[in-house]
Amino acid sequence: MSDRDWLALVTTLELSAVTTLVLLILGTPLAWWLARTNSRLAVAVEAVVALPLVLPPTVLGFYMLVALGPRGPIGGTLEALGLPHLAFTFTGLVIASTIYSLPFMVQPLKDAFAAVGSRMTEVAATLRAGPWDRFFTVVVPLARRGFLTAVTLTFAHTVGEFGVVLMVGGNIPGETRVLSIAIYDHAESMDYASAHLLSGGLLAASFLLLLTVYLVNRRYLLVHP
Amino acid sequence: MTGLRADFRLARGDFRLDVAISTPGQGVTALFGRSGCGKTTLLRCLAGLERAAGGCRLGEEVWQDDGRRLFVPTHRRPIGYVLQEPSLFPHLSVRGNLEYGWRRVPARRQQVVFDEVVELLGLGRHLDRSPAGLSGGERQRVSVARALLTSPRLLLMDEPLSALDHASKQEILPYFERLHDGLRLPIVYVSHSPDEVARLADQMILLQGGRVLGAGPVAELLVRLDLPLARDTEAGAVIDGRVAEHDDVYGLTRIAIAGGRLALPRLDRPIGAPARVRIHARDVSLALDEPGTSSILNILPVRILEIVELDRTQVLIRLAAGRDDETQVLARITRRSRDLLRLAPGREVYAQVKAVALVD
Repeated sequence: MSDRDWLALVTTLELSAVTTLVLLILGTPLAWWLARTNSRLAVAVEAVVALPLVLPPTVLGFYMLVALGPRGPIGGTLEALGLPHLAFTFTGLVIASTIYSLPFMVQPLKDAFAAVGSRMTEVAATLRAGPWDRFFTVVVPLARRGFLTAVTLTFAHTVGEFGVVLMVGGNIPGETRVLSIAIYDHAESMDYASAHLLSGGLLAASFLLLLTVYLVNRRYLLVHP
Repeated sequence: MTGLRADFRLARGDFRLDVAISTPGQGVTALFGRSGCGKTTLLRCLAGLERAAGGCRLGEEVWQDDGRRLFVPTHRRPIGYVLQEPSLFPHLSVRGNLEYGWRRVPARRQQVVFDEVVELLGLGRHLDRSPAGLSGGERQRVSVARALLTSPRLLLMDEPLSALDHASKQEILPYFERLHDGLRLPIVYVSHSPDEVARLADQMILLQGGRVLGAGPVAELLVRLDLPLARDTEAGAVIDGRVAEHDDVYGLTRIAIAGGRLALPRLDRPIGAPARVRIHARDVSLALDEPGTSSILNILPVRILEIVELDRTQVLIRLAAGRDDETQVLARITRRSRDLLRLAPGREVYAQVKAVALVD
């Protein structure tokens, strides 16, 4: 594997790890709210969260590019403040990936929180546990399968993104050139050996990751019926 | 005043709750009523799990006062709460469950000793097991112990026996009776079983359609003919007495009650010990003259206080014995017998009691 491809792998893992972390922090409260609320707004929010599942990634990527670029509302504001805009940057890529992978974090968590229900948290409240205490000592342990699924799917999905990266990130080595772009480059330049190596590796790694998650969840189910 | 006082108003769909209640500073107060009468909602309001309009205080400590916009959240109320379903944390061992609340109470506020509570509920052997491996009765004992380990000053129990089968119930009831005798704190106990109430409760609050129908000592409420309790097929009186003598020849114990004595199968209790018995209305028949020869052991001279008709066939009669009518029992007999014997309030008759059951 060439140095350029190694760099693309590192960039990919970095992007996926940061995106997963950001989504864990933002997605958890959002999923909690969606699982608990009776608000009518929740339906609209859920639809928005699910949009990345149905939209072509290029559509999302295009809007992100416009928004983050020098003339867009976000990029423009940053430039007016004397900061660089975010198009074709790693940060821009993280923002775009966060939105792109949002449903993969929020939906499994929401289902897990709904399955935990309110009885156990009420019991914890009668045992003197405050709201944060209840969340971390009762909800998180009982929803751990949901967390495992959400984190894995988000990570794997971010590793696999292409269209959004192509639109927002471009192809800057060490900054925005990720594996999927590298594979595309190799195929374009008829370097099928390299494309095979990266594609096969990605395929195997993704399969193993998902296999592990499903095995762990299945075993958990068998041990704790 | 160390008891509980509360008033709540809540409207939810068709259901309305509008109650004002109070309990003594110790002893078991049963919240009694059919399903849907609001007893669980009331209990949840007391715990702060549900927010109704009104107020709530335990002794001097105010938990809710709408006038002052005060509402103490559940986790800051010194309560123990036991649900109908034993809701143990599945991700923790029995010990982990017991320690969950125990650890969250500062040492200076702890009133109970961990090992004593474990002992009281017979859980020593189970500490390292997972809740999934316990029987229903064992699980409910763990949840009671878990609640007690928070050193509560009020114990709320929501039909803690109704999800259990008969055997588990019989297994756990003695533990509950020990709680009743051993704890100096008020217990509010939701139930829809007259037998459970007769066995465990001192006071009773009768709920119907979100309102209080009646409240007072159990022995008084159980024999009030204007309340639906007396119309239940399981209706009957509870009587508190003391062991007066043992008859080892025939294997009997006589207990003294106001206005007479009752014979029971031999009890393993010392003379003078308290004993609570229950007499079902269906087990009492009446005679105008003292029956000379009868296989029935317990015959009490009583006075008729009140008669109501249950239906075309049966009537319910409230009877009293003792100088100030302290002992009251119910009799359910046919309307025909009433007319034949010309029974009416004020008449002195003899109550033949076919069965006396010890409940505590």
